[in-house]
Parts: sequence; C-alpha cells; structure tokens
Amino acid sequence: MIASLRSNFIRYLPLLILAACWEAAARLELVSTTALPPLSDVVRSWFELLVDGELIRNSASSLFRIAAGLGLSVVIGTVIGIGMAWWKPVNILLAPIVEALYPVPKSALIPVTVIWLGYGDGSKILLIFLGCMVPVTIGAFNGARASEQVLVWSARSMGAGKLRVLWDVVAPGALPELLNGIRTAVALSFILLVSAELIAAQKGFGFLIGSLGAGGSYSAMYAVVLTVAFLGFAADRVYLLIAKRTLAWREAA
Amino acid sequence: MTETAQPPAQIVVEGVTHMYRPPRGKPVLALDDISLTVQNREFVALLGPSGCGKSTLLYLIGGFLPIEKGAILSDGQKIAGPGPDRGIVFQHFALFPWKTVRHNVLYGLERQGMAKAEREKRAMDYIELVGLHGFEDSYPSQLSGGMRQRCAIARTLAFDPKILLMDEPFGALDAQTRGLMQRELLAIWQRSPMTVLFVTHDVQEAVYLADRVAVMSARPGRIKTIVDTKFDKNDPDIFKNKFFIEKVDEIWNLIKEEAIKAQGKRA
Repeated sequence: MIASLRSNFIRYLPLLILAACWEAAARLELVSTTALPPLSDVVRSWFELLVDGELIRNSASSLFRIAAGLGLSVVIGTVIGIGMAWWKPVNILLAPIVEALYPVPKSALIPVTVIWLGYGDGSKILLIFLGCMVPVTIGAFNGARASEQVLVWSARSMGAGKLRVLWDVVAPGALPELLNGIRTAVALSFILLVSAELIAAQKGFGFLIGSLGAGGSYSAMYAVVLTVAFLGFAADRVYLLIAKRTLAWREAA
Repeated sequence: MTETAQPPAQIVVEGVTHMYRPPRGKPVLALDDISLTVQNREFVALLGPSGCGKSTLLYLIGGFLPIEKGAILSDGQKIAGPGPDRGIVFQHFALFPWKTVRHNVLYGLERQGMAKAEREKRAMDYIELVGLHGFEDSYPSQLSGGMRQRCAIARTLAFDPKILLMDEPFGALDAQTRGLMQRELLAIWQRSPMTVLFVTHDVQEAVYLADRVAVMSARPGRIKTIVDTKFDKNDPDIFKNKFFIEKVDEIWNLIKEEAIKAQGKRA
C-alpha cells in the first residue's frame, strides 16, 4: 500500500513540478496574469464555481451527453462491426459508409447536427455517437474477422448453433480489439463534446469555458479547463481498469 | 464414468472428391475419389505427407467443409454439418482462451443441455481422467502444450461423441510429451473403445496407435493402401518388437515416394 503510494507519487511528480512552475511564473509575473493566472487563484475559482452550483450543473449536462453518445456508439458500433465481419451482405452494404465516414473531421459535423437537432443535448449526443461509432466499429470488425476458424469449428462440433457461436466465440475473441477501439472513442468523445459546446450550446463544459473566457474570468475558465482535463484522464484510467479485468485471461500467463 | 452411453458409430466415406479453392488463383484438386470405412470401435490412422489433404478429409467428416461430390455417413446417416456425434481434437488445441479448464470442458455439456449438477460432476471426472486435477481454474495460457491438449481431449470426450476425430493432436508437442500422450490415449480408448480417426504424418505413431493405417498419396490425395497394424499395444517393448519395426518400415517405404513427390511439387 505504502509502496504503491510512493510509486504513484514519483510517477506524478512531474505534474507537481509543473504546477509549482505555473504558480511561480504567475506570482513572479514572468508571464501576464491575464494569460496565465496563478494556479492558486484557479483553485479558488474552482471552489467558487463548485459552491454556486455552476460547475455541477454544467458537468451533469456534459457527462450525460458523453454517456448517452458513447453508450449508443459502443452498442451500435459493436453490432455493426461484428455484423460486417460475420455476414458478407452487411459488409458490402456498410463498409463503404464506414470508410467514407472514417476520414471526415467529425467537428465539421457540428453545424449540421445543430441544424438537425438544435442547441440542446440531441445535437451533442448525435455528434459524439457519429464520431465514436467509427473507431468502435473498426475495432469490433477487426477483432471479429480475426476469430479463429478452429475455435468456431470446435464450438459448432459441441452443438453450438451459429448465433451461439457469434456470442460465445466471435464476440469474446473480438474483445481485445474492440476495447482498443472503445479507448479511442472515449478520448474522442471528450474532444467532440467540448468542441460542440464551445460553438453552439447553452450549458456544458464547453459553454462554460467559452462564456467565462468571453467575460474575462480567466482563472474560472482555467478551472473548468482543468476539470475537463482531469475527467478525461480519469475516464481513461477507469477504462484501463475495466479492460484489465475483462482481459484477465490474456495476462494470466 | 468412462462407459459410453451411446454406442460408437461407423464412418463411411464414399467417393469423396474435394476441390480446394484459394481466395485468389485456380482451384486445386485436394482429394480425389476417396472411399474409406471405419468400423465401430475401430482406431484408424490417416497417414500421408503434408499437403495430401488428410486434414481436409477429417474436416469434411467433421462437417466443417461442404461435401461437393460423394457422401459421408455416420452410422448410416448422411452428414450435413458439424454435430456432437463427432468430436474433434485439433493440433493447436483450439481451447477457448477466455475460459478456464473447467469452463472449456463444461462448454459442450452446456450445449447438450445437461443438468448443472450432472455436468459439473462429469467435467471434474474428465479433468481427473486426463490428469489435470488441480488446474480446473487455470486459463489455457497458464498451461503447457501437453496440458492444453489434455484439456482439449477432456473437453471432447466429456460430451461423449460416438466418433473421435483427431487432427495431428500430438504434432505440436515435444517428443517426450508426445510419447506419454500416445500411451494415455490408448489407455483411454482401451477402457472405452470408440471409433477414432487419427490424422498424422508420423509413421511410428500411426502403427502404434491404430488398428489400421490408411496411407494417402501426395496431392491430389488418394487412399493408396490400407495396412493392418493390430499389435499388442500393451507390450512395454512394442517399439523393439521385430514385427512392429518391420511394419513401420513397410509403411515408411510406401510413404517415402509420396513424401518425395510432395517435396518435388513444392520446390
């Protein structure tokens, strides 16, 4: 326990040093405090935002959008990816669409989703869904396509029907690649969320950053930026924990 | 625990011809007019040089590949797809890597709809039978090659197939483990004789294990001849037995020219 605390402390030491440099640079006025307010001011602003409820209200709406968009993309992307790998007609139908969607910068779709669904949750959820579905689909497809023929045959000879094989053999075999795709999707969901909220929203992290910046409350703006950065980091840690548990059979050796 | 509930079945292969169709390039004649009968409780080895189509024949019998010409019957029934009457053991084990030993063995029993208490007991019995007691909760990645193949054999035997198909099951094992596994397979088979079709390119293995050895020719695969190889398999000195050695020599001579042909074609 103490050893792991120690190793974590050493691991994140560079971040502490960076924070100290930040504070020192601002306090000694090596940089303009408008451009970079002292970290201690940022922390104070963070508590103010927390107390007056602004932070919680906007976090809740952003996190809801991420959860909905990401959740939809994982479910539908997995089904499409495995479907494409398993049934040729599905592949013929959907592969060109996925390939065409792949290189599109998803932020270009922000105005489009707003025209369709307005300034509220719907446009953000749709954008995150569209953007995140691509890496999930590709992960599921690559994973399912690589499923071993002999494993499928083994299951079939033990009396498993075709759908059963899909669930018992193809899906778990696709899991490592699928989880890689989901990791990319998690990172992408934060990027898309904040971009969309910066451009067209009435609440959320991006909205808060934009309106605080426009109003000149720079230390509060930094507080929100740091909050989003931390949440993105935490989401990736949680993901890694889940992935490690799910794939315990691989690490077992 | 090892008595078979279902009587073993007979395999009849009638005039089976199979084209191998690579994704690109021309189709190749892999099997040419194969006919072969394996009797109830008989242990037959399919022996041939690599690329002669012996595994393909096994996959056709398993129902994994479509039969384009000819017919294959299991107990008089035309086969049309995989089924639990025919269990298969692959060279590279084909265990589900995300399942523990116990769950691998349980899988077939679950698919057969066996009651929970019964299948748990049966799984443990077969894990015991192949000497994996104490490794029930290990993942395949934690086991040696020999242990993985024991697990695969337990998984297949547990659901009580009438016919056991084995695709070079000991080919990926080191020599000592292979010898050990051969003896254990024979012991299991002698206790509960079932119909076994065993693919190998190892002449001594074929003569040691099988009642009859079907020797195949280089591509396109044909049954060149079938040799009777009934010996007293329990004789500890069987490998020094003069008749055994002569039989291995005889078959080796038959297969040598095919192996040379196969090599020549590849070069």
